[in-house]
Amino acid sequence: MAKKGARTTEMADYEVHVPLQAVLLADSFAQKFRPITLERPKMLLPLVNVPMIDYTLEWLASAGVEECFVFCCAHANQITSHLNKSPWMSQPDFTVSIIESHDCVSAGDALRVIEQRGVVRGDFVLVSGDTVSNMSLTEVLKEHQERRKKDKLAVMTMVVKKSKPSPLTYQTRLGNDELLLMIDPQSKQLLHYDAVREPGSRDSLQGNYVQRHVSLDRSIFHDRPVVQLSNNLQDCHIDICSPEVLLLFTDNFDYQQLRRDFVKGLLSDEIMGNKIFTYEISNEYAARVDNLRAYDVVSQDIIHRWTYPMVPDILCAGPKASMRLERCNVYKEGGVILARTAMIGENTVLGEDTTVGDNSSIQQSVIGRGCTIGKNVVIEGCHIWDDVRIEDYVQLRYSVVCDGATVKKGAILEPGVVLSFRVVIGSEFRVPAYSKISMVPQPTEEDSSDEELEYADVASGRADSPRSPFTEDQSTRNGSISGDEDDTAEGPNWDPIEVGETGAGYRWAVRDGGQEEEWRHSVAPIPPEKIQEIAAANSEHDVEEVDYDIRALGGRDSLEEEEDEDEEEEDDFEKEVAETFLRAARGVSGVQQEHVVIEVNSLKLAFNKTFADCAGAMFKAIIDLALEAPHPTAKELLSITKDVFSRWGSLLCKFLKGSDDEHEVLLTFEEICIESHKEFAPLFSQVLHMLYDIDVVSEDAIIAWASEKQYADESDKVFLKQSEKFIQWLKEAPEEEDEDEEDDT
Amino acid sequence: MNFQVVVLAGGLSKTMYPLVSKDVPKALLPVGNRPLLSYVLELVEASNIKDIIVVVSGDDAALCVGNWVTEAFHDRLRVEVSGVSEDLDTAEALRAVSHLLTADDFLVVSGDLVCDVPVGAVAAAHRRQGALVTALLWPHPSTPNSETASGDKTKQPTTFDIIGLNSTHQHLLYVSTGMQSARDFQVRSSLLRAVGQMEIRTDLVDAHLYAFNRLLVQGVLESRPGQKSIKHDLVPYLVRSQLGLGVSSTTVGSPLEDRVENVNHLLDAEAFGKNRLPVAHSGLKCSTYIASKDRYCSRVNSLQAYLDVNRDLAGPEAIHLTGYTVSTQNNVIHETSEMGWKSTVGPYCMLGDGSTLGERCSIKRSVVGRHCRIGSNVKIINSVVMNYVTVEDGSLIQNSIICSNVILQERSMLKDCQVGPGYVVGPRMEIKGEALAKKEKL
Repeated sequence: MAKKGARTTEMADYEVHVPLQAVLLADSFAQKFRPITLERPKMLLPLVNVPMIDYTLEWLASAGVEECFVFCCAHANQITSHLNKSPWMSQPDFTVSIIESHDCVSAGDALRVIEQRGVVRGDFVLVSGDTVSNMSLTEVLKEHQERRKKDKLAVMTMVVKKSKPSPLTYQTRLGNDELLLMIDPQSKQLLHYDAVREPGSRDSLQGNYVQRHVSLDRSIFHDRPVVQLSNNLQDCHIDICSPEVLLLFTDNFDYQQLRRDFVKGLLSDEIMGNKIFTYEISNEYAARVDNLRAYDVVSQDIIHRWTYPMVPDILCAGPKASMRLERCNVYKEGGVILARTAMIGENTVLGEDTTVGDNSSIQQSVIGRGCTIGKNVVIEGCHIWDDVRIEDYVQLRYSVVCDGATVKKGAILEPGVVLSFRVVIGSEFRVPAYSKISMVPQPTEEDSSDEELEYADVASGRADSPRSPFTEDQSTRNGSISGDEDDTAEGPNWDPIEVGETGAGYRWAVRDGGQEEEWRHSVAPIPPEKIQEIAAANSEHDVEEVDYDIRALGGRDSLEEEEDEDEEEEDDFEKEVAETFLRAARGVSGVQQEHVVIEVNSLKLAFNKTFADCAGAMFKAIIDLALEAPHPTAKELLSITKDVFSRWGSLLCKFLKGSDDEHEVLLTFEEICIESHKEFAPLFSQVLHMLYDIDVVSEDAIIAWASEKQYADESDKVFLKQSEKFIQWLKEAPEEEDEDEEDDT
Repeated sequence: MNFQVVVLAGGLSKTMYPLVSKDVPKALLPVGNRPLLSYVLELVEASNIKDIIVVVSGDDAALCVGNWVTEAFHDRLRVEVSGVSEDLDTAEALRAVSHLLTADDFLVVSGDLVCDVPVGAVAAAHRRQGALVTALLWPHPSTPNSETASGDKTKQPTTFDIIGLNSTHQHLLYVSTGMQSARDFQVRSSLLRAVGQMEIRTDLVDAHLYAFNRLLVQGVLESRPGQKSIKHDLVPYLVRSQLGLGVSSTTVGSPLEDRVENVNHLLDAEAFGKNRLPVAHSGLKCSTYIASKDRYCSRVNSLQAYLDVNRDLAGPEAIHLTGYTVSTQNNVIHETSEMGWKSTVGPYCMLGDGSTLGERCSIKRSVVGRHCRIGSNVKIINSVVMNYVTVEDGSLIQNSIICSNVILQERSMLKDCQVGPGYVVGPRMEIKGEALAKKEKL
């Protein structure tokens, strides 16, 4: 199977010292293929009727790798037995060794285990077992090794390929999120690696997670005049690593994921100075089957022969006869029986011993081995694995149907459905779009973070292993499908709403934020309505964005806009002050008045504000506090306000350094009465009096305020009129007032 | 070619103090023994563009420049010299003369540009791209880092432009003019999505030569009175709004009529105040013309630059710009000049007509103007000496600029100095690093 080309001899120079090694991670440490992966590891899922891991091994062998370490964790026994049965274990120039571990939850753990075993001696190729590629490693290895000779810190070379993400959904063809890479165009050094959409934050709201701007540090220009920023490169997840990479994983025991932790960690770590470089391929194929959309896309690529020589007619050497390629990319294996009236459309693969009934039409689909397809069936864009029975008048669109499943007469599968192993869909039942149905009930534990998700996968995978679904598969494959029906008869009470009257299986509920994932990562194409919806949201967002940009343009465009920005800042400042105050007011432990004063003073400096601003903001905060308590009548509100001010008035006074500041407080109060809290309006004069009584505002400030208002519009004078009496009193009795004060002192 | 050229010639620039005076505005400062403005005008003339508007700030200065232009370019170019008020920034100056523009596209050139990049090529690139604005960029000889290391005090400290280009280097996608002092700079992610790949460069210098689409720029200037500077406001605005929306639908080679119609339509919308972003939908792009490395390009925008450009013009880099014939000793010595016994003029020097050197003088890497009288035992190194300067015996001039009609009395020593016109340096004075100027008589 493995073809060793002339490359081996070319590489003879360094092979003298170290044979080319590869580490293949046969565990995705992710959950995207659930529920299927509960019963079978992802690497063994058939991709155009060949287990994914075989594509990877085939490629590694043909690319000149001599030693391959297959690391398995979840469902390790299944992978081991698959490999033992396969010809890989007995190749002359290609040795496959299996490393098993059961307590790994991430790629990081896996690499740490491999480091402990001490099997890796030189530069190695790090891939995941779901990689489909036909690229030659010669060139990238040469580049990597030459770089290493000059610079010991160049620890890794990452393979990238151009792939422009959709401007609407921000995801690539393979369903990956768009990736922001910054590369030095001369040296190809990777400077920045960022998935624009963080996998952790799956907001259901469109546009929320989309960053408006990419912020970059100017310091990157210290060493180089030019950098290249791109979001049209796709990470192929093929890495050429130096042995140091393993050590780095051991040193940084918190590194879990290869990309999110290791690559980002390395790039942000300036002390060690390790560097990552990129290698761009253009004519060769490399893709990782990361999610169901990628599964569909890569399948079609294989059928279209982009991955040559990894194509069905070369790889699928069935026991009877090999696969035949016919016109329009139709592949047929031996023993296929088609009714005369069956229509097989283009880009379709039919596995061994599959029968198709009258008037059925199959398009752009992959049908596995030993499937029975009834009459008048419509299959479009589906992936149907082995031993599936599809009865008459069934319609399947863009679905994945696993081994041994049965779809009974007249059932309809809407796009995006996943039927796991041995599920039965009752007759005339319509399975809603994006449903996932499995014989294994959905695990109930709530997973909060990604790490836990991974862990859960592994844990449940292990839990499943004793039951060994793989062997069960074998039995069902060899035996009759009726066994399944027996299952359903004996089986627990399946919910007919989930799988139809005579169906069997649990429908998995969608987790939080799952809806988003469904259409993004399903095998089904994104429905046009959804695209329209996104387009509408985007254009709205764009307009906003451009507006924002223009405003951000130094604020020089127009005065009006400048004010806008000021206001925003003002809001921030007020919010901060209010929060600071409330911390004290709510009695958060240890926060005292003095602390508030210090904090607000620092805010004042930070926002470049005056004492008047502080006083205004503080006043607002106090008023808000007063409003918090229930106040059915104006009278009660007044008394509450009095209470609050008697407690916090002294704090406010700390920011009143002169009558100007007091003046500002009055203006703020007026604003509150007019705009935000009209309930204060009738109480204006009372509150004013109270503020005067507790020495928050002085007589001078009030009189200054009154005289300023004298010439204002009539509408502005409402409060002045209301408090006319009080002001009159102030003006008339200044002497008295002074005496009072003297008395006090 | 239906292009007009606007030359922003400045006036009595403050950065060039004490070199400029009422009689000699910046545009007429001798550089390589020729007025600075002549380089731009000849550059334009070489591209067969005849309509030129020279914008000078200050009416007096405009008069000076106007007189010189009529004399020098009579019958060669149609030059209109227009004086604008003194405190206008570049975009404001452009706005002030925008009523004089009639051609479809126009070029804006800074009057202090000394370069040999064919203007016609920039104009052609502009037309070919159907661009909104085309900026001439040239690769900086040194990285920004080493520039700061040289401690150039007259230039703006450590600022450099960040310029984003597409992968073919034809479109200008992003401009950050180094005004923002922040450590970070931001790139709009929608822009990146639209173009896929962007090269961000700091090794390109904006030569202050732009080609503009007239209708659009006039529209923008009218509707946005807040824009003051071409480099800091107008160009960034155009660049930002070019790909604002509907990037995928932009067409590069749309026929000219379509474009003009487009523009008209936009300006109508603008007039009604409905459309805030006239540029966004036009499908016009901002493009660039990047000069090749072997071209000479420099701006006389600081005293240091003045010295450098003079030296370059006398040296091998840019001597071809001056049009002088070079002698076998690699220098330019006018035939009417006289040299005394044992006086030497080194390579890469210029000596203007009618200048006399006494005995045992030595001139190295310097430019000496017309009708200078230089005594014996004088050393002039790395300096510029303008016209009608008298240098008495035994003086030393190093790294300095000596303006016209200056008298250096015997044995004076000047190092790193700038001496304003008509100044008299007393005998045996030793001066280092100072700017000397005659007090203005009121």
